[in-house]
Amino acid sequence: MNILEVNNLSKVFKLHILNNKKLEALADINFTMKEGEIIGLTGKSGSGKSSLMKCIYRTYLASSGEIIYGSKDGYLDLVKADDHRIIELRKNEINYCSQFLSVIPRVTAVDVVCENLFRIEKDKEAARAKAKQMLEQLALPGELFDAFPVTFSGGEQQRVNVARSIIASPRFLLIDEPTASLDARTKDVVIDMILSLKRNGTSVLCISHDEYALDRLCDRRIDLQFGRINEVEIVE
Amino acid sequence: MTFNQDNWLLRVRNLTKIYGEPNERTLAQTGPEFGSNICPETESIVACADISFDLYPGEVLGIVGESGSGKSTVVKMLYFDFEKTFGSAWLKPYNNGLIDILQESNQRKRYIRNNLMGMVYQNPRDGLNFGFSSGGNIAEKLIMAGQMNVGSIRARAADLLTKTEVPVQRMDHRPGTFSGGMQQRVQISKAIANNPPLLFLDEVTTGLDVSVQAKVLDLIRELQTTLGIAMIVVSHDLSVIRMLTDRVMVMKNGRIVESGLTDQILQDPQHEYSQLLVSSLL
Amino acid sequence: MIENTKYTNKYNFAFIDEATKKEIRRKLLKAVAIPGHQVPYSSPEMPISRGWGTGGLHITLAVIGREDVFKIIDQGSDASVNACNLREFVNRMTGCKTTFDTTEATLIQTRHRITEEELTEKQIIVFQVPLPEPLRMVERYEYKTLQMHAEADYAKMYVSLYESYVRHGAIMEGAGYPVMVNGRYVMSPSPIPRWDIPNLNQAKTLFLFGAGREKRLYAVPPYTDVEPLEFEDVNFEIEDFSNSGCYKTGYKKAFLDEIYADDGGRKFVISDSNFLDKKMERQETRQYSNKYIDQLQAYDL
Repeated sequence: MNILEVNNLSKVFKLHILNNKKLEALADINFTMKEGEIIGLTGKSGSGKSSLMKCIYRTYLASSGEIIYGSKDGYLDLVKADDHRIIELRKNEINYCSQFLSVIPRVTAVDVVCENLFRIEKDKEAARAKAKQMLEQLALPGELFDAFPVTFSGGEQQRVNVARSIIASPRFLLIDEPTASLDARTKDVVIDMILSLKRNGTSVLCISHDEYALDRLCDRRIDLQFGRINEVEIVE
Repeated sequence: MTFNQDNWLLRVRNLTKIYGEPNERTLAQTGPEFGSNICPETESIVACADISFDLYPGEVLGIVGESGSGKSTVVKMLYFDFEKTFGSAWLKPYNNGLIDILQESNQRKRYIRNNLMGMVYQNPRDGLNFGFSSGGNIAEKLIMAGQMNVGSIRARAADLLTKTEVPVQRMDHRPGTFSGGMQQRVQISKAIANNPPLLFLDEVTTGLDVSVQAKVLDLIRELQTTLGIAMIVVSHDLSVIRMLTDRVMVMKNGRIVESGLTDQILQDPQHEYSQLLVSSLL
Repeated sequence: MIENTKYTNKYNFAFIDEATKKEIRRKLLKAVAIPGHQVPYSSPEMPISRGWGTGGLHITLAVIGREDVFKIIDQGSDASVNACNLREFVNRMTGCKTTFDTTEATLIQTRHRITEEELTEKQIIVFQVPLPEPLRMVERYEYKTLQMHAEADYAKMYVSLYESYVRHGAIMEGAGYPVMVNGRYVMSPSPIPRWDIPNLNQAKTLFLFGAGREKRLYAVPPYTDVEPLEFEDVNFEIEDFSNSGCYKTGYKKAFLDEIYADDGGRKFVISDSNFLDKKMERQETRQYSNKYIDQLQAYDL
């Protein structure tokens, strides 16, 4: 079963404030993704990796084409699906881990990590314990657990962000540069965590520049260039 | 829980409010394309027009726009503060969503307001009675919903004030003696006193200090996650919208110019006005 | 020859002209038909100023007939200046017999009290009302109070009782405790003490209320439910005189007036002057009975 089927996807930004200037971000994107597969998205900065990911997450509205997602309740086109349906999917199936943590004022690191978990785990303390355990594995200093992530360094925020997006075991994970700004040991922990998600059936689309991470994680790689697919490489 | 199209909580269709005496061309001659909500022929003012949307249980919908765009008018009509000119609204928990609540008698409207809705206004004076104590204000909402036991009213009021971080010792003090942020939290306690499935928030943090603002927003987020109340958040402040809402409608000159997921509107706005609005975000 | 009676008396019978009386009677019928509902009426000019009992006087003069026996009390007393003047006026304008005896009277006008002796189906009692609107203390706009009555929206009234309880530990509405009439309208019973409130409930007598200054009248017909507003756990209570007692008779089961003596001491005396007279002469009396009075410790001469 395919979890994702992208057909003829294109994205053009129309900037009204700049005299209706058009910017082409993606064109002719076609690929499929099997359930439980990990696909690495590679390419230079500005090649359209993040745009593609955002189109799939519906942060960007695709200009044409379709993105067929195999949800628990059947296939649907993420380009045309109702907003409510997308909200529902984001709550229950699809998770997106951006490059930067969007911090929420006055919420502790542990609670930021727990946010998605609170929806399924009614026992708050159990959820917090699980979050702490995960942050420990990611070697976040214990004294930061109850601090506000606004003040954290880039690497610390990154760990909180990764923990937050994988703690609730999403069905489909979109993850942008999970290992950037992490030391070698923590990098391995993150990679192991993602691989263990995969074993439990999660499909992962991962943007990375890190050859080591890509080697360990990916079943396949898709390389983008100027908003088009350059090459699809199958890693054995 | 799987998504069900018929599972909506609030359904609004063609909600319109016009002040003055419109003619049949009024709606066609106003709106964002004309940059005005005043009819050139009749000088009637179209506060908002053709507002249609569905709200699902637990969902948080934002309405954003500059002042005068009609965003507050929408929630005030739904909370029956203003009479509609046209349009309909249905609320699932009221007669299973079969009756247009805007057509109901005043008495029925009051029942809906007291049992199924809560409202937090920008100015605490609109939502609180400053002649009553803060506990009395919460009591009013509970009494309106038929609770007649002083002991349980006081227990519930204390519980709500604790939840909203207002010192319980101040329960019998009048809100006039409170700080602005505290008044706002008392107002929120009152609004959620009857566990309504739907809460309206009209510019609730406007005019508060940044730190107080953060506390009030925190409280609202907390209510979202713990109680799962569906909310309509009206604000001109995109950071408030980003922090609180799942979905947002952008309004200008009384019309919805664009609606979509909050992150989509903020990162990939389609309409000219939304692009301008987002590019003005600090 | 038709006798011209127009100028034989200086004034029409009962002072008010017949057309206006008819109007007041019509409004009274409406008031009786909708117990507790305030009906606007003409409130014609009287030879006393508004606020001095004109509302009560309008009703009295509109309903009085030549056979009526008239009694008027002010805070229970037949002898206060206001009562004496109005009694004299009604007597001169109608020629009706007046009395102090509660049982003999057919029409009683009162300010701020109900008689201690129980009234019968044959009698009518008319209240002088200063402020007819019970919701005025919680809502200052008339259009809003009208709407609140129309929709039976009385939550604010209850909140004010809640506030009173929170502030004083008891509901401290000293006089004019708000009541629910016939399960529908909240009504101000005029500033009668709490002691009298239970006597309005399921009474045999027709109660008429007139507020001349505010131009409103309302009524409680016989055998109508009149209940003080209360909470499940904070209840209405009447004044308790079990520690005092009338200094003249020692009687405790009647509403007592507090009197300050010259030496600063306090004494209590039965407020209803006719009832006090009867008690002192040890005459037979038949008092109102209600669950609140019945609960008080029995004590009699």
